[in-house]
Amino acid sequence: MAREIMKGTDAVAKAVVSADPDVVSAYPITPQTGIVEGIADLAAQGAYDGEFLRIDSEFNAASSVIGASAAGARTFTATSSNGLKLMSEPLFTAAGMRLPLVLAVANRSISAPLSIWNDHTDAMAERDAGLVQLYAEDVQEAVDNTLIAFRVAEELKLPVMSNLDGFVLTHVQEPVDVPEPEAIEEFLPRYEPEHTLDPSDPKTMGAYARPEHWTETTYVPHEVLLQAGDAIERATAEFEDVFGRSYGDAGGLLDTYRLGDADVALVVLGSLAGTTKDAVDRAREDGIRVGVVRPRVFRPFPGEALREALGGVEAVGVLEKAISPGSGGPLTMELKAELYDLPDRPLVRNYVLGLAGRDVTVEDVREMSAELYADADVPPHQAPTEDREIWPQLREDILPEEVSH
Amino acid sequence: MSGSDEQLTLGAVVEPRTSLANETGSWRSQRPVFDHDTCIGCGLCERFCPDGVAQEIENGAYDVDLTYCKGCGICAERCPVDAIEMVPEVK
Repeated sequence: MAREIMKGTDAVAKAVVSADPDVVSAYPITPQTGIVEGIADLAAQGAYDGEFLRIDSEFNAASSVIGASAAGARTFTATSSNGLKLMSEPLFTAAGMRLPLVLAVANRSISAPLSIWNDHTDAMAERDAGLVQLYAEDVQEAVDNTLIAFRVAEELKLPVMSNLDGFVLTHVQEPVDVPEPEAIEEFLPRYEPEHTLDPSDPKTMGAYARPEHWTETTYVPHEVLLQAGDAIERATAEFEDVFGRSYGDAGGLLDTYRLGDADVALVVLGSLAGTTKDAVDRAREDGIRVGVVRPRVFRPFPGEALREALGGVEAVGVLEKAISPGSGGPLTMELKAELYDLPDRPLVRNYVLGLAGRDVTVEDVREMSAELYADADVPPHQAPTEDREIWPQLREDILPEEVSH
Repeated sequence: MSGSDEQLTLGAVVEPRTSLANETGSWRSQRPVFDHDTCIGCGLCERFCPDGVAQEIENGAYDVDLTYCKGCGICAERCPVDAIEMVPEVK
């Protein structure tokens, strides 16, 4: 267990090579590029001897690992932003065909306007594809999630998306321990596919299904995902046994911070949780009882774990680096749906922030928690509708007249 | 759990026959007609048929199952002795 200072993309690349996938497909897109470049470097140095495919588009980067996975290979690819959009169609088929590919997504905003900076709109737009989605707070977790992703994907026979925030994690240098291949072998046994493409035993994957069968074929991955929490829990527990690092509560589905006596909880995905935890420390000094809930998993949606974690608080602020135009923040919408059945449900406020790399500071988050704390005793049905969704960083002064208030 | 004799496979993987109940019906615009005197029984039509419906029907004689044949013409294209002619469907 040696920690060395590494850039996020290099650390993930090294973790992927340690997991020894048979096939890696590569197509560059900022801020992901360093991951596949890192794997290419390791291949050039002789440290990776699998098939490294240089592909002509994200559509084919996904399609090629789908083909390889169908042939029984352990596979990996990585992308970001609009690249993930171009992968979207094959990813849906990968889930439908139950192929366990692992996909690292360096989260980045989607054009237009063009931006390379981080938010979660790319991954959120793929939430209906049938992939497991993991989110990392720091580089070490991105490395560890990569390994957990292979384990979970191959057990569930479903593709897994391992998200790490673009630039904030991909291009940061951190002391990281990337496990050695020998240790990984213990955690990650060889993949045993149920079906493989085989010329001596021909078969069709992703065949045509008429209305008599389609409902059932789609119900199966849905149900497998709903029960995937158990597999994630087992993988996380075993990861801790082998590597000594533990992730969160609720069997690795959530990470909580200073939640025990909290009246207010901030819910946040990914690296913004680090800022939020510091803000909570600062708010606590002023007597504001606030805690953090960080879902490590967005698909399957950890509803039961969230209901349990948030059952005792009066108000929830969801800090969301994504927006579903015309509706709201995707995480907030799903969280609200999950809390609907609670007899005494908390106030839920959606803070849309940090879009396309707009900086969110510790002080910003401290202020939000103080505001929310002041409103915490308002029952949800009495809260003014304009307080449900707040854009704390919006520059009202530059908005066009069309939308100015 | 299931009282049916049809059971979904993982990922709905099927053998290379056109899926059940997926009959071509009336939308084929042409059909392959096999000349069994010319056919040498090489089996390339079976290998290349995308629907897996070109099959050996008896010793060395090949034909297609028109219930599922889509009339794509690949078998005729691939036949090394031109034993397959694509004939327009008369509607």
